[in-house]
Amino acid sequence: MPAFSPRRLALAALLAASLAGCAPGPETAGRVVVNYWEKWSGFEADSMQSVIDDFNRSQSRVEVRFLSVSQVDMKLLLATSSGHPPDVAGLWSENIPDFSEKGALTPLDGGLAKAGIGAGRYTPLFWELCRHRGFTWGLPTTPGCVALFYNKKLFRAAGLDPERPPKTFAELESMSRRLTLVELERAGHLVRIPFTDMTPEERDGRRYTLVQVGHLPQDAGMFLSGWGCWFGAQYYDGDRRILADDAGNLAAFSWLRDTALTYGVDNLRGFIEGFGVSQSAQTPFLGGTEAMVVQGPWMINFIAKYAPGLEWGVAACPAMDGVGGGEPVTLAQCDVVVIPRGARHPREAFEFICYLQRQDVAEKLARSQQKFTALREVSDGFLKDHPNPAIGLFIRLSRSAGARYVPRLSIWHEYDTELAVARERVQDLKETPAAALAEAQKRMQWRLDRVMRRWDAMGNDRMREWRSYDKW
Amino acid sequence: MTSGDRKRTWIGLAFVSPWLVGFAAFTLYPVCASVYFSFCDYDVLSPPVWIGLLNYQDMVSDSVFWKSVWNTLFFNLMALPLGLVSALVLALMLNQPVRMRGVFRAVYYLPSLVPAVASAMVWLWILNGRLGLLNQALMAVGIAHPPQWLGDPAWAKPSLALVSLWGCGNTVVIYLAALQGVPRSLLEAAMIDGASAWRRLIHVTLPAISPVIYFNLLIGIIGGLQVFTTAFVMGGAERSTLFYAIYIYQNAFEYRHMGYASAMAWILCLMILALTWLASRLSRSLVHYQGD
Repeated sequence: MPAFSPRRLALAALLAASLAGCAPGPETAGRVVVNYWEKWSGFEADSMQSVIDDFNRSQSRVEVRFLSVSQVDMKLLLATSSGHPPDVAGLWSENIPDFSEKGALTPLDGGLAKAGIGAGRYTPLFWELCRHRGFTWGLPTTPGCVALFYNKKLFRAAGLDPERPPKTFAELESMSRRLTLVELERAGHLVRIPFTDMTPEERDGRRYTLVQVGHLPQDAGMFLSGWGCWFGAQYYDGDRRILADDAGNLAAFSWLRDTALTYGVDNLRGFIEGFGVSQSAQTPFLGGTEAMVVQGPWMINFIAKYAPGLEWGVAACPAMDGVGGGEPVTLAQCDVVVIPRGARHPREAFEFICYLQRQDVAEKLARSQQKFTALREVSDGFLKDHPNPAIGLFIRLSRSAGARYVPRLSIWHEYDTELAVARERVQDLKETPAAALAEAQKRMQWRLDRVMRRWDAMGNDRMREWRSYDKW
Repeated sequence: MTSGDRKRTWIGLAFVSPWLVGFAAFTLYPVCASVYFSFCDYDVLSPPVWIGLLNYQDMVSDSVFWKSVWNTLFFNLMALPLGLVSALVLALMLNQPVRMRGVFRAVYYLPSLVPAVASAMVWLWILNGRLGLLNQALMAVGIAHPPQWLGDPAWAKPSLALVSLWGCGNTVVIYLAALQGVPRSLLEAAMIDGASAWRRLIHVTLPAISPVIYFNLLIGIIGGLQVFTTAFVMGGAERSTLFYAIYIYQNAFEYRHMGYASAMAWILCLMILALTWLASRLSRSLVHYQGD
């Protein structure tokens, strides 16, 4: 038997150390460890951690470990393709069509049936956002929808009633003009005046600087592509046809173009250039240079953090006449938790995501993030103790017949990018709305055709695989 | 080969094995796999499906592909000559016997040590159309309406070309090393013959360092066609800074068209080879090696 030389021993130690990194995670004190990746950071991560701590204390079989992960969608796909995904992941509802069609998620229907969880428990729209091609792929954590936040102080300064936000689209536009301030030279002096006080020559000459705007459709963050919803756009026929250039979207793009024509491309560009990092003190609404903005309930957190003195109000964002059948229009989305394909502990992961659906748990999470829940039932205490005074409005909006969501398409991310490029060309007056949207339509239809060709080839196999999943 | 030779060979291979394994796993395999994927419909999660030349055919009709090719070539036509000339001028100045020459050399080299993402974030603010330092300075000297830089598609690529100068320190160092090697005897002979500083530069210094200029040109072409980080961080409206490598990244990781992205990567490889060959052909008579 060869003697163990120090050299061999060192080599063995090195090998063992390098392999240790590849070992599966530890299972603490007999508990199954469920790894949970979530997109949230900061106070949102803290609030979920608190819920996880409750769950870990509530039983002795499963321990959930939370990890805040940036670009969680991309990293989840790569981890899933390598065969080492987390057990639970927090995604956006827009990810579900793409991830499920690519086989990255576990269908939950069998488990949900056993657990007695179904559509009846949820606000219909949010339940729908968790489903794709007849299967349920995730469960909601915190949903959201948007409304029009406005600055009461700026309303007062412009001679508007701070308790009366715009109710129609025409009012939104006229109030927006009244709330817009410009700086220009008059008789050799730099003066700051309302946009509506300019002479026609001054307006046409466009030799002014925008210092405050009433409402700028270009400032809608991740909801920019959704403006079509307020104009009745459909985006997609639900089957094989992209509807980028439908009448509603055309109207929304024409509105963006009109804004550019009103203020001038360079003036608008200059103002937009001043926008800082989103959700920071440099955001124009929080900085007091924009009087109205479309945002979700989470905005309250940022107001409290960056503009605690802001006197704000919030109301449904008006839509074009006839859109939404007279009901308030909003754009909704939902944060969801999913179980990736290949998760090591799907049953324990499922136990955890079911725990998140308990009314007391969902309400605790929602309250600490200033949001609401996707559940149909709302406890009395939830509304009474909620730190967000506008939460009732957001709940009503999410249940409105006018509530919309972005199309349930696996190529939505690409579609969104294409619409963004079309929007930039329209607001720079490089193309007409019709031409820009025709190009987006052509590109996205071509892409959808490719996706459908692949789905036609492998869709049946996928569906069979999903139907037969029975690890519950 | 004796048993001792064999043993030494094995020991040698064992010593280089970390590199061999790393190269095989992280370079050779991905390169070979990407050739195969380029002929497949592949979304990373599902098994690749063979589709022949379809990805390559799609590129022909993809207007964004051509936009990215144009953006990349246009940017390089600006940034490459600008970078080569600026670095050369800086190197010539830093080669002069001035006081604190070492400090100046260090100062001009320092920016190339700053991580690309960090410097891109700083430049984002410098080039901000409304609040940026550059426009504030331009307005202070009487330019009332300076460009919006990245906010204006027409100015976005020139802005990035300007930013690319920030990191020319590496090229300056290479030029400086080459300038040290210019034979003093030739410069002195030219001086004795009455050649002015300009003529000495054109007829002695530049021909003497022409292999290094050629080297920097090739490195510039290869790097320029793969430009990514700064443009990715800084962005630009209307796809004005959508460079080829960024479009590859979008297809591979954002849209999950890994097959298409692989095909694009191979076309990029061919483009780099073609341009390198072209540069070699065109500069053959301009590059002088010692002993020629």
